[in-house]
Amino acid sequence: MKDMKSVIEAPQDEENSQENITGAEMMIKALKDQGVDTIFGYPGGAVLPLYDALFQQNEIKHILVRHEQAALHAAEGYARSTGKVGVALVTSGPGATNAVTGLTDAMLDSIPVVCICGQVPSFLIGTDAFQEADTTGITRHCTKHNYLVKDVHKLAETTHRAFHIALTGRPGPVVIDLPKDVQFATGAYTTAEQVEYRSYRPHIEADSSAIEKAIELIAKAKRPILYTGGGIINAGPKAAELLTAFAEKTDIPVTSTLMGLGAFAANKPQWLGMLGMHGTYEANLAMHDCDVMICIGARFDDRVTGNVAGFSPNSFKIHIDIDASSINKNVEVDLGIVADATSALEKMHKAWDAHNHKISDAAMQLWWQEIEKWRKVNCLEYTNSTEVIKPQHALECLRKHLDKRDDVYITTEVGQHQMWAAQYLPFNKPNHWMTSGGLGTMGYGLPAAIGAQIAHPDGLVIDIAGEASIQMNIQELSTAAQYNLPVKVFILNNQWMGMVRQWQELLHGERYSQSYSEALPDFVKLADAYGGLGILVDKPEDLDSAITQMIASDTFTIVDVRVDPKENCFPMIPSGKNHNEMILSADAKQFDKKLV
Amino acid sequence: MNTAIANRSVMAKNSVYGDAPDKAPETPHTLSVLVDNAPGVLAKIVGLFSGRGYNIESLTVAETDHDKNLSRITVISKGTPRIIDQIIHQLEKQVPVHHVTDLTLFGPHVARELALIKVNGTDDKRVEALRTAEIFRAKVVDTTLDSLTFEATGTPEKVDAFIDMMQPLGLVQISRTGIAALPRGNEAI
Repeated sequence: MKDMKSVIEAPQDEENSQENITGAEMMIKALKDQGVDTIFGYPGGAVLPLYDALFQQNEIKHILVRHEQAALHAAEGYARSTGKVGVALVTSGPGATNAVTGLTDAMLDSIPVVCICGQVPSFLIGTDAFQEADTTGITRHCTKHNYLVKDVHKLAETTHRAFHIALTGRPGPVVIDLPKDVQFATGAYTTAEQVEYRSYRPHIEADSSAIEKAIELIAKAKRPILYTGGGIINAGPKAAELLTAFAEKTDIPVTSTLMGLGAFAANKPQWLGMLGMHGTYEANLAMHDCDVMICIGARFDDRVTGNVAGFSPNSFKIHIDIDASSINKNVEVDLGIVADATSALEKMHKAWDAHNHKISDAAMQLWWQEIEKWRKVNCLEYTNSTEVIKPQHALECLRKHLDKRDDVYITTEVGQHQMWAAQYLPFNKPNHWMTSGGLGTMGYGLPAAIGAQIAHPDGLVIDIAGEASIQMNIQELSTAAQYNLPVKVFILNNQWMGMVRQWQELLHGERYSQSYSEALPDFVKLADAYGGLGILVDKPEDLDSAITQMIASDTFTIVDVRVDPKENCFPMIPSGKNHNEMILSADAKQFDKKLV
Repeated sequence: MNTAIANRSVMAKNSVYGDAPDKAPETPHTLSVLVDNAPGVLAKIVGLFSGRGYNIESLTVAETDHDKNLSRITVISKGTPRIIDQIIHQLEKQVPVHHVTDLTLFGPHVARELALIKVNGTDDKRVEALRTAEIFRAKVVDTTLDSLTFEATGTPEKVDAFIDMMQPLGLVQISRTGIAALPRGNEAI
């Protein structure tokens, strides 16, 4: 009924407007008004009118991917490295279903993405038409919100809404499902300023009295810790600056989740390293033994908390998050504050300064002494070899080449190499680290690197990959070739799905079920076949020159680093264990195998 | 909090994947959710419950404000206080949701439901069914020589009791609306 009504009212609107444009043109205009300069997509029958409109303009650049999943990951890489909304454009049916993994990835990692899906003409919806899928039905729970636009007069408005929802509050993916007939229909344009929001009002401002209370507790703490996450990155560079200033002012140690790396510079003395399953010993022990925990923009994920019952048992927990449903979801906290990280940190500074607070020197000295003891364990130490390349050594070599640059963007696939990258590479600035944290999507890294490289043409973009993960979106080398993107793929090739193999070794009686990377391609020839540069390294002494060659290369480059196939990723908190039950070495005896 | 942790740590020993949720007592809560009356909104709300493993004991949905295009969803869900809190926050997070009220926590409220109950029978059983219906103030809305259909309204408990009474008298079919609920007094939510 609603739709009928607006169709009947439509002619009046038309008289009032200066011009009528097609739905496709309207979409392009709305994208431009939203400041979009790049979209990642793949054409198909149901989006042809949109592609036609794209063809007739020059302001928005379209990057043709080779698979719709990659369009979403590229949009994520673009979004994560710029702080802007990433945009993907896919066709109906298989185009939309291929996009689902990328949407879910963006959902779990809170990445602002708008995905425009073509749909069969609205009069064919529900008839099992060619390339029809119930896109809004399928994406309902893997998007922050989704829209099916049946009326061209609502198209511009809906597009503005989608961008607003994707970027504000806790960011996330928004789908606009756009039937083909709506792309052809004509109507009047609505500007972003004309859109009203009746129900969606994300809470941003921190409650000052709650902040006061938090600050008072922090000032009295003896063993405080800052536990920060992707929310700091999403809140923008200002939040990272405020966090750094607060930690430096108070000398409170800082640890971060996988998603939050870079918000606090790894070269600062307060930095403890990443926490969680493969986090550092000092970070996890400090979390376990702290008395006041200040969590900002993180969500107590199971990979961070380990066994919830034994998680930081004696601390007063303060949780600042923009998403009210994150507070008390996994871990009960003592003080929950719903706010944007920037607002909260600003108020924390203000309250701290107003009261001239200072944490007791004696307490902090003791706390840091304890932390130094844990640091001395040197949990990231490994036994190097002159015979085979240790994956950790490969990354340390890479680190030496990256340390002095601030234009480096690192993406990863998922698995051991991802954890090693998080442990051994330098993250000193926000928005320079892109990884699939929540969903753990193999095949994320290469397309995300492409997205980041498009956003930063002069940056050094490196995808740290495994030989298994990289094959999940390997076709994107063709995209890199088409747009002359000099992305670097640094494969830690151990010929195993390393993390699967590690769990099988430690927890499943060394029964390596289906985890061997059989029939691997020759990655050097593969790079060559796609038109790029391939480098093989299998000796530790050749690493440096290979990395130098990779960085100097002006085309996309694969470095196939043949690493020790049996190396495991440590330290490790076995799933379901406490932070203080970390395993530091490969001593399999330390695992309770009966727990499986 | 500490006893809950102790209980959970006992369970955690059984699996590397950690503990099951806490076992605080579960109570039913009546949630009143004001939403945009738009396609897909109900599916989104219902899917949220199934996707996150919350249960729905009763669900009623209808447009309540035609001009503003709003619907009210009244849903009863059972859970520990922490789960109910999660449900409310998850609901509030949805873009088409305007407002969520936990009527159970809000205070006194009226909750009513309507049921249609068909009873087949003749002679004594028919007479007894009619007499019982009178006690429950149920109306006869349809009848044939050997059947009666009653309309009963009231609290879910009253409807339950009526249905129990009809069981031996030839009850053959029931259709219930689920509850509609509002807070008592002059307050609007």
